[in-house]
Amino acid sequence: MSEYLLEMKNVSKAFPGVQALSNAQLQLKPGHVHALMGENGAGKSTLMKCMFGIYKMDKGQIYIDGQPVTIKDPMEALSKGIAMVHQELQPIPARTIGENIFLGRYPMKKLLGFIPVVDHDKMYDDTAKLLKKVKLRFNPRQMEGTLSISQMQLVEIAKAVSANCRVLILDEPTSSLTQNEVESLFNIIEDLKNEGVAIVYISHKMDEILRISDEVTIMRDGQYIGTWEAKELTTASIITKMVGRELKNLYPPRENVPGEVVFEVKDFTSINPKSFRHVSFNVRKGEILGIGGLVGAQRTELMEGLFGIRSHKAGKIFLHGKELKVNRPKDAIDQGVALLTESRRTSGIMGVLSVADNISISSLKKYLDYNICINSKKVENLVQENVKKMNIKTPSSKTQIQSLSGGNQQKVIIGRWLANDPDVLILDEPTRGIDVGAKYEIYCIIADLAKQGKSVLMITSEMGELLGMSDRIMVMCDGKCTGIIDGKGATQEQVMALATQFD
Amino acid sequence: MTAAKIENKNFFGRFLATAKSNPIVVLLVAVSFVVGFTVPNFFSWGNLGNLISNTAIRFLIALGVSGCLITKGTDLSAGRQVGLAACIAGVLIQRGDYTGRLFKGIPEMNMWLVFLIVLVVGAFIGCVNGLIISRLKVPPFITTLGTQTIVYGICLVFTDAQPIGGFQSVYTRLITGRIGSVSGFYLPYLLFVAVVFGLFFWFLYNKTCHGKYMYAIGGNEVAAEVSGVNTKNTVLKIYIIAGVMYAIAGYLLAAKSGGASASMGMGYELEAIAGCTIGGVSTTGGIGTVPGVLVGVLVFELLKIVLQFLGVNPYYNYVVQGLVIVVAVALDIRKYIAKK
Repeated sequence: MSEYLLEMKNVSKAFPGVQALSNAQLQLKPGHVHALMGENGAGKSTLMKCMFGIYKMDKGQIYIDGQPVTIKDPMEALSKGIAMVHQELQPIPARTIGENIFLGRYPMKKLLGFIPVVDHDKMYDDTAKLLKKVKLRFNPRQMEGTLSISQMQLVEIAKAVSANCRVLILDEPTSSLTQNEVESLFNIIEDLKNEGVAIVYISHKMDEILRISDEVTIMRDGQYIGTWEAKELTTASIITKMVGRELKNLYPPRENVPGEVVFEVKDFTSINPKSFRHVSFNVRKGEILGIGGLVGAQRTELMEGLFGIRSHKAGKIFLHGKELKVNRPKDAIDQGVALLTESRRTSGIMGVLSVADNISISSLKKYLDYNICINSKKVENLVQENVKKMNIKTPSSKTQIQSLSGGNQQKVIIGRWLANDPDVLILDEPTRGIDVGAKYEIYCIIADLAKQGKSVLMITSEMGELLGMSDRIMVMCDGKCTGIIDGKGATQEQVMALATQFD
Repeated sequence: MTAAKIENKNFFGRFLATAKSNPIVVLLVAVSFVVGFTVPNFFSWGNLGNLISNTAIRFLIALGVSGCLITKGTDLSAGRQVGLAACIAGVLIQRGDYTGRLFKGIPEMNMWLVFLIVLVVGAFIGCVNGLIISRLKVPPFITTLGTQTIVYGICLVFTDAQPIGGFQSVYTRLITGRIGSVSGFYLPYLLFVAVVFGLFFWFLYNKTCHGKYMYAIGGNEVAAEVSGVNTKNTVLKIYIIAGVMYAIAGYLLAAKSGGASASMGMGYELEAIAGCTIGGVSTTGGIGTVPGVLVGVLVFELLKIVLQFLGVNPYYNYVVQGLVIVVAVALDIRKYIAKK
C-alpha cells in the first residue's frame, strides 16, 4: 500500500507553440491539504486538468493507491473519486440549486413502475443535507441565479463534496469570497481532511497557503520545482522559488526617451465594488508603462473602463492636461486613445471579413471620396503600408482574417489602431497566443511606437515581458494599484510581492 | 489558400469553382433548361417578362431584409409591411369616381404624393423595429414577430378587411408598363426599378461606411463597437432602409396586381429570407452580397415558374420550395464546416 492516495509522475503536455508541462509531478497524501503554487502560466491549472481528464497527457502516469490508472474524461475522474471546483464557474442560473448540484446525475425513479423520471423529492432532500453539511442556509429549490458569485462558488464546493470524492481540487476557490465565507470554506476543508480526503489547493494568497496547507508544491514554466512542508516555508521563500528563473535577452533594445506626462488617471473606480478602485497613475510621452498582476487583478477591467467599454462611478482621465470624458469607445478613439483588447477572437477580429475590412474599420472616414464613397485604392495603400511595415504575412488584402496565424491577426489589429494615429495605445496581452518569432516582432513594433513618442500601456501576465519591455511598472492586486516601480531595476520578487499584496 | 487558388485559375476554372460552391443554383438552371427544351413557350419573351416582374418586387424585399440578416438579425414583419404599403397605396390611389371607394371623403391624390406617404410609413415602421432592436436589445426575431402582428392588425382595421380596387389608370399603367410587346421583344419597367435599386445597394454595401459597418457588426459586433463603430445607429439605419424597401415593394405590388387587400404580402418575408440564404447570405452574419441576393431570389422565382410549366399541382409548390430552402442552407453550411 502506497503512502500516497494519488500520484502524478513525469507529466508532459504540449499545446501548439508552447510546452505547458514537462515532467511535472504531484503526490497527494490522504487527509492532507496540498498547495500548488506558481506564477501565471506555470502549468498549475493544466496539471489539474490532466488529472481531471479534461486534457490528455502527452506523457506521464497517474497512480491511485499505488495502482496505475488512466483517466480519459471528467466522468471517469469523478467515478474514481476525483472532484474539481473550477476557477471559472459554469452554473445554470435559471435552474434550482438542487438541479445544478445534481446536473447530469439526477436521482431517478420509475413512474407507474416503468417510466423513468427524475426523483425530485430525493434530489432536494439530498441537496438539503449537503447544504447543511457545508453550512449553507439556502432553500434547495431556490434559483441558482439568485445567489451571489461567492455563494455559487460555495454551492459548487458542495457539489464537489456530494460526489463523495477522495481527492478534491480547489482552483482559486477564495478569489471571490468574503472573509466570513473564506472562514466557512476553511471549516469545510478541515472536516474533509478529517474524513481522509486529499485536497489540492491552488491559490496565490500566501497567508491562506501558510495557514491551511500541509505541503506545498511549487511549479515554474511547466516544470516541477519541488515539494516542501508548509511549516518550512515563508512568504519570501515561496516567492523566490516561484520566480527563480533567469531572464534571457528576448527583447529588442529600446531607444525611446520618456517626455512629459500625456495621459493621467486619478482615483478611477468601477461601478462594480469587486472591480478596480481608486487607481491613479500617469503615462509619459514615449513611455512604456507595463501593468503587472495576477490573473483576476482587474487590469483588463481597468483598461476597458478607461476606454468606455465598462462604466466607472468615480475618477477622472486627463489627456494632454485636458479632462477626457469617456462613455463609449468612440469617445476615447476620437481623442486619440486606442485599445488592443485581450481576446482577439471575441473583441478583436471580425473573422469572416477581409484583412482590408479589418484594418480599415476604425479609420474609414479617412478614405472617403466626396464624403461618401470609400476609395478602395486608399484602403489598399493602408493595407500594403502595414504589410510592409509590420511584415504581415497574408496571401492578399481580400483574404479572410480568420485564416491568418494569431501573430499576423494581431499585427492587422495593431495596424487598425495605428491608422487612427493615436497618442495613447493600450495593449492588453499583446503577445497572448502568439508564437515566439512573431512575439519578438511585436516587441519591436511596440518599442518603435514608444520611440515615435506614443504613450504605451501594456498589460502582460508574462513576467519576462513585463520586466523586459517596461520603462515603469504598475502592479495591481485585487482591483487596486499596489505599487508603481521603475522598470530598470525591478526584480521579479518585487513585482510578485506587490501582486500578492491582498488585504 | 483557397482564395489564392481560385484567383490563379482561368475563366473556365473560376466558373467551375463558382458552380461547385453553388450546387443548388446549378441544379435549378439545369432543370430549367430541361424544361425549356421539353415544354413549349418556356423560352419566350412573355415568360421572361413575367419572371422579371415577379423577381423584381421580390428582389426589393430581399434587399431590404439582407441588411438585417447580415447583421445576424431578421425581419419577420417584411411581408406584412409590404401588405400595409399596398393597402395604403391602394386606398389613396383609388379613382375619385370609383363607386367602391373605401374613404369617400378624401380627394383623388397624385400617385407620387401617395408614394411619398407610403415611404414615410415604411420608414416609420422600420424605425420602430430598429429602435426596439438596437436600444431595448429585444432579439430581432421577437421584435419583428411582434411588429408583424401589429402591422397586420393595423392593416385589417384600416381596410376593414375589404379588398381594394379601382386604381387610377396612370398608376397601374406606369408600373405594369413595358418596352416592346408581349409577343415579341418585351422588358417590363420593373426591370429598371430592380436594376436601379440593385446598383444602389451594391454601392451602399461596398462603397460606404454604412455598408462596411454593417458587415463589421455581422462579423463581430463587440469588435465593431470597440473599433468605434456606432453599432446602435447602424442597426437602426438598416431597419429603416428595410422598411422603406418593403414600402416601395408594396406600392409596386398593388399596381402590378391591380388591387390590394390586407392578406397581400403574406409569407413574403420567408421567401425573401429564403432567397437571401440560397444566394449565400450567411445566417451566422457578416457574409452576403447583392448579386448573391439577386441570384437567390431569381432561383426561387424560376423554381415557381418551372413547377407551373411542368403542370405540378400548385399545392406541391410549397413542399418543393421548402425542400429547396433546407437543402440550400444545408449545403451552404457545409462549406463553412469544411473550412474549419
